[in-house]
Amino acid sequence: MTHVRYIDKTREYYLGQGYTKPYEWAHHDDVPFAALNKPLAECTVALVSTSDIAVDSDDDEGLDTGHQPLVGNVYSFPSDTPLDRLFSRQEHYDKYATTLDDTNSYFPISRLHELVDRGRLGSVAARSHGVYTAYSHRKTSEVDAPEVLRRCRQDGVDVAILTPV
Amino acid sequence: MSLVARHLEANGIPTVTFGTARDIVELCGVARYVFVDFPLGNPCGRPFDTTMQHSIIELGLGLLETATGPRLTVQAPVVWSDDERWKELIFSDEQPFLEGEAYDNWMEAKQSYRDNKDDSRHDGRPR
Repeated sequence: MTHVRYIDKTREYYLGQGYTKPYEWAHHDDVPFAALNKPLAECTVALVSTSDIAVDSDDDEGLDTGHQPLVGNVYSFPSDTPLDRLFSRQEHYDKYATTLDDTNSYFPISRLHELVDRGRLGSVAARSHGVYTAYSHRKTSEVDAPEVLRRCRQDGVDVAILTPV
Repeated sequence: MSLVARHLEANGIPTVTFGTARDIVELCGVARYVFVDFPLGNPCGRPFDTTMQHSIIELGLGLLETATGPRLTVQAPVVWSDDERWKELIFSDEQPFLEGEAYDNWMEAKQSYRDNKDDSRHDGRPR
């Protein structure tokens, strides 16, 4: 069986629920491209996700994820946050088929640290970033994406890995 | 997420996107995409399968090293299950996507977004 047509499926699903205006997914004919200009073993790699990744914390020191709203702006947390403190509050996944119990299945931070240990990557950026699915292409493009870029530049990022859920 | 990837690329930072919803990512258009034909939630491999997760990430690293232009998609050679019923059942009446508290949270989030947008219009500042 071929891949799931989510655009068609969600359109039909929500029409059936009485929503008459279908969601308009972002659509672009042109695609920007930046070439990698140095070996990955020398690159600083950032992880960016819309998986609603959150930090389970007794104290919020150094973290701006302590009281996350349901929607909001770009947030960041240290990439060396212990794995057992990371979890997802995401509810938009196929809960009938799978789970979000393994953070690395949608936010592969441990795998990236292991690749650094093996010498495949240079380093993991100091911060990882979360972006809300803000229901507005414009907000994502004009507010959130520039903020992710700004933070990546602050951290000297060479390459970014993006994981939607 | 694809919109963020596009902005980073446009500003000189190469990206690779890992995702399960091929039609959505490719409609938006990204530079490099590893398609993982798994249920929504596990774009980087089967939960707790470290070997698979590494093999999928390596596919993405390969794209970073070899791509010479955008819209490059590679499908990870992984299969979720012999039975592909999950593909038929997602977004079906039999398996509602959001129910109960999850549905309420989503509605609350949407309203919160609208409220913030209205506030930002009043004082002219983005929130």
